Amino acid sequence: MQIKGKAWKFGRDVDTDQIIPARYLNTSDPQELAKHCMEDADPEFMSKMVPGDLIVAEKNFGCGSSREHAPISIKAAGVSAVIAKSFARIFYRNAFNMGLPIFESEEAVAGISEGDEVEVEMESGVIRNRTTGREFTSAPVPPFMQELIAAGGLMAYVKKKM
Amino acid sequence: MEVEKIMGMTITEKILAAHAGKEKVEPGELITAKVDIALANDITAPIAIRKFRESGAEKVFDRDFIALVPDHFSPNKDIESAEQCKMLRDFAREQDLTYYFEVGQMGVEHALLPEQGIVVPGDVVIGADSHTCTYGGLGAFSTGMGSTDLAAAFITGETWFKVPESMKFVYKGKLKKWVGGKDLILHTIGDIGVDGALYRAMEFTGEVIESLPMAHRLTMANMAIEAGGKNGIIAPDAITEKYVTGRARRKPIFYVSDSDAVYCDVREYECSRLEPQVAFPHLPENVHDVQEASNISIDQVVVGSCTNGRLSDLREAARVIRGKKVAKYVRMIVIPATQRIYQAAMKEGLLDIFIEAGAAVSTPTCGPCLGGYMGILAKGERAVATTNRNFVGRMGHPESEVYLSNPAVAAASAVTGRITHPEEVVSNR
Repeated sequence: MQIKGKAWKFGRDVDTDQIIPARYLNTSDPQELAKHCMEDADPEFMSKMVPGDLIVAEKNFGCGSSREHAPISIKAAGVSAVIAKSFARIFYRNAFNMGLPIFESEEAVAGISEGDEVEVEMESGVIRNRTTGREFTSAPVPPFMQELIAAGGLMAYVKKKM
Repeated sequence: MEVEKIMGMTITEKILAAHAGKEKVEPGELITAKVDIALANDITAPIAIRKFRESGAEKVFDRDFIALVPDHFSPNKDIESAEQCKMLRDFAREQDLTYYFEVGQMGVEHALLPEQGIVVPGDVVIGADSHTCTYGGLGAFSTGMGSTDLAAAFITGETWFKVPESMKFVYKGKLKKWVGGKDLILHTIGDIGVDGALYRAMEFTGEVIESLPMAHRLTMANMAIEAGGKNGIIAPDAITEKYVTGRARRKPIFYVSDSDAVYCDVREYECSRLEPQVAFPHLPENVHDVQEASNISIDQVVVGSCTNGRLSDLREAARVIRGKKVAKYVRMIVIPATQRIYQAAMKEGLLDIFIEAGAAVSTPTCGPCLGGYMGILAKGERAVATTNRNFVGRMGHPESEVYLSNPAVAAASAVTGRITHPEEVVSNR
């Protein structure tokens, strides 16, 4: 899978209320949720981004609520991956369960500016800033998470055991 | 020859080991654990139910281990919310679930489940709600997850965990008047930050905790997630025993940490001089003494939620506002967290005190805490709330503000129209 696009930068502790405000949680329809993706962090985000673009954020991305609507809205908006210095625990788990690619890398976040063209190799986790030519590594995906991805996500994994 | 010393386990490790059928677990280890209670609400259950159906599963693992509580946008706030609640109702009926709570019996999930004895000490509880960590106050291992994880557990009765490292918090001294569990946990989050316990278990100990009433323990464990924690937990004791007696629907098991258990960090707090704490916008870590907030005017006060909507919270607020009036142009909204709390507050005369003061009293709902309904803020408005989050836009307009406090501070602030130490209002009597 190819991850390639422009970087949109966000600060630290971007919480799930900023990713998808609760006022839109009277639905779980991915396309409806996508319309409001990142709305309270940057109201212009959806009008600026194009599918394939990446979110690049500081530490503790996705803190707060357990709402799966947060990674759902990001994925449905067409964001190809999220790179952050660290992720909140529930968001991390949710992202894997629903197949949103996420990468943890302090150096990549530090070495990517807003608008840079970024590409990520899914398997190796190598992140390339095509604007500056610099290359970064990301924290390896834990083996069990790799197994989940290989199985096609948590539900497919469970189905095999049913 | 060296003899390998077997180190002791923390309460969190012991509960996880028991549910994984193992004698010992270690931090970092991946385990599959049996789940005692799996919980979802009207926001998160619809996705879990859809995933359950998509998998082709027909029957849930056990009709007694799932709790569905429509509490967030219920009583239904609009047609879409009504549709979401209907999904829960239809699924509960189809699967003949034991624990489904209709409006009229429903309460805020994390107040309701302990009150009804559905979660008990020693349990492993997962919930598609981040404040599922509340039950650590009882000495259970409980943590929030997403809807897909819930759907998988509905089918298998199990889930996977990475065993967390444990952080130990030791609270020493004697609390001043008007200071309680909410202030202890806000102070702690202020110290370690909103990711200070990321992926970790937070174990609350010390002489202050040993005499802390159950409602305050639940408040502390409730906000472990605001420090990024996987769970918050307090060793069960005589106070726990008293609380669960007559409620527990299953046999509680009391686990305690071994004296040689391993912690990745130990923090001690001298609490005798701790003042009521207030978290300023827009993170729960922006914590100050209440005195530093005394020039901040407010438009709304909310007393309620899974953090502070219990009977003792209402008593505390009533004690401050009794015989006083809510300031002009300020709205005070009081939301007892469950029907049983509502009824007890009515019988004790607490609701009369609130209504005479000019406060609105609502049927149980999460409503305003997450900016759902029943108390949304306009642009530029400011609220003091006994809830758990003060993120951007949490209670309404993205340019509104939420200050987090204990119930006594919230009530005192309603009287003066600015953030106020309870002493200032009560000593004026």
